[in-house]
Amino acid sequence: MTPLTAPQLQFLLTGFVWTVVLSSLAFAGGGLMGFGVAIARVYGPTVTRQLVMLYIKLIQGTPLLVLLSLAYFGLPAMGFDIKPLTAAGLGLSVYVSAYLGEIWRGCIESVPRTQAEAAECLALNWGQRLVHVILPQAARIATPPTVGFMVQIVKNTSLASAIGFVELARAGQVINNSTFQPFVIFVLIAALYFSLCYPLSVLSRRLERRLNVADR
Amino acid sequence: MKYDFDFSAPLAYWPDFVAAAGTTLGLSLASTVFGFLLGVLCALASTGRSAWLARLSSVYVETIRNTPLLVQIFIVYFGLASIGLKVDAFAAATAALVINVGAYTSEIVRAGIESIPKGQLEAAECLGLSRAQVLTHVVLPPAIERVYPALTSQYVLLMLASSITSQISAEELTAVANRIQSDTFRSVETYLIVAAAYLVLSLVMRLGFWCASYIAFPRRRRLGTPL
Repeated sequence: MTPLTAPQLQFLLTGFVWTVVLSSLAFAGGGLMGFGVAIARVYGPTVTRQLVMLYIKLIQGTPLLVLLSLAYFGLPAMGFDIKPLTAAGLGLSVYVSAYLGEIWRGCIESVPRTQAEAAECLALNWGQRLVHVILPQAARIATPPTVGFMVQIVKNTSLASAIGFVELARAGQVINNSTFQPFVIFVLIAALYFSLCYPLSVLSRRLERRLNVADR
Repeated sequence: MKYDFDFSAPLAYWPDFVAAAGTTLGLSLASTVFGFLLGVLCALASTGRSAWLARLSSVYVETIRNTPLLVQIFIVYFGLASIGLKVDAFAAATAALVINVGAYTSEIVRAGIESIPKGQLEAAECLGLSRAQVLTHVVLPPAIERVYPALTSQYVLLMLASSITSQISAEELTAVANRIQSDTFRSVETYLIVAAAYLVLSLVMRLGFWCASYIAFPRRRRLGTPL
């Protein structure tokens, strides 16, 4: 068994960096959209609420791989010029928005109703109630599951390899095609993912204990 | 932007879609059954008396939960082949999915087991039940009944995740879709059809689990409520 050469290692590390970049992109994009989803689900008019519910059901009932394929193969067919990074970022953001939206909806709804009523009695308008009363409390509840979900995001970026985006999993495949040592390479890849995800898992568990406000 | 949808070309492949959906369902069911068994065993190990087994089980669970399924599939399919154990794509896909979902099942079932009041175990012991009897009659049935909704969601997610096995040319729904879209150049329509197929499959699975719960949990049938 020959160890990896320096260029191969560098290629792998570049893939690692792209995995981190793509994860951040998906988290940021998905987070923004997810916030909209959560707000619309809690405060929107009935029609909006039902439409958003339909969106969530559709996204959650479709595999991420199909979403990514739709973005990467579908959008160019419809006349958009799209790069793998854009397609991957878009597909992942849509996917993440459905899940984070539902998580955050639960968190917003778990803030006691009396808090909103008290704020209303203080003559705060809807925006003020949301920003100064509801969201700060919801954020505390939301932090552990959000950090936990980041593990899912990091793991799911591996599927971007299927649409030709060279991140960690794809880099591993490419190197494997020249070294033919799948066991070594893919265990190494798994270890790299683990090094990203495990700290997040531990952090999520620790936060859950420390920020345990839901049943205080 | 103007785009003319034309579903006729990909829809001409409907027998392929149906067969592939069957494969996806078969793959999911096989992984569900074996993954459930593996998960229950791991949950028992992690709540049991042997600290060594518990540690082993938690290493397994943490490793699997913190690495992508795609990489696990690659390790099973390409890795095993490289050390001389040639497995076909379908077997490798099933094995990888079982290993993957076993870890998640284990965590869910463990939560169920830990929710059983200590008093029930003591009562069972007072009745002179053996440890195996306590497990099969007192601990596992109510534990699994309690976490049944979580298990259902997990196995629907597993069915969606089985699309990833298209990456090792297991001929399931997504793999067939990739082939059809490159045949017909109708990628949007093909993937929309596939998305719809997955939605239908997830509804079918939820319905199946709902029916199964009525057979598996007589208490629910009698009282109309979960435990």
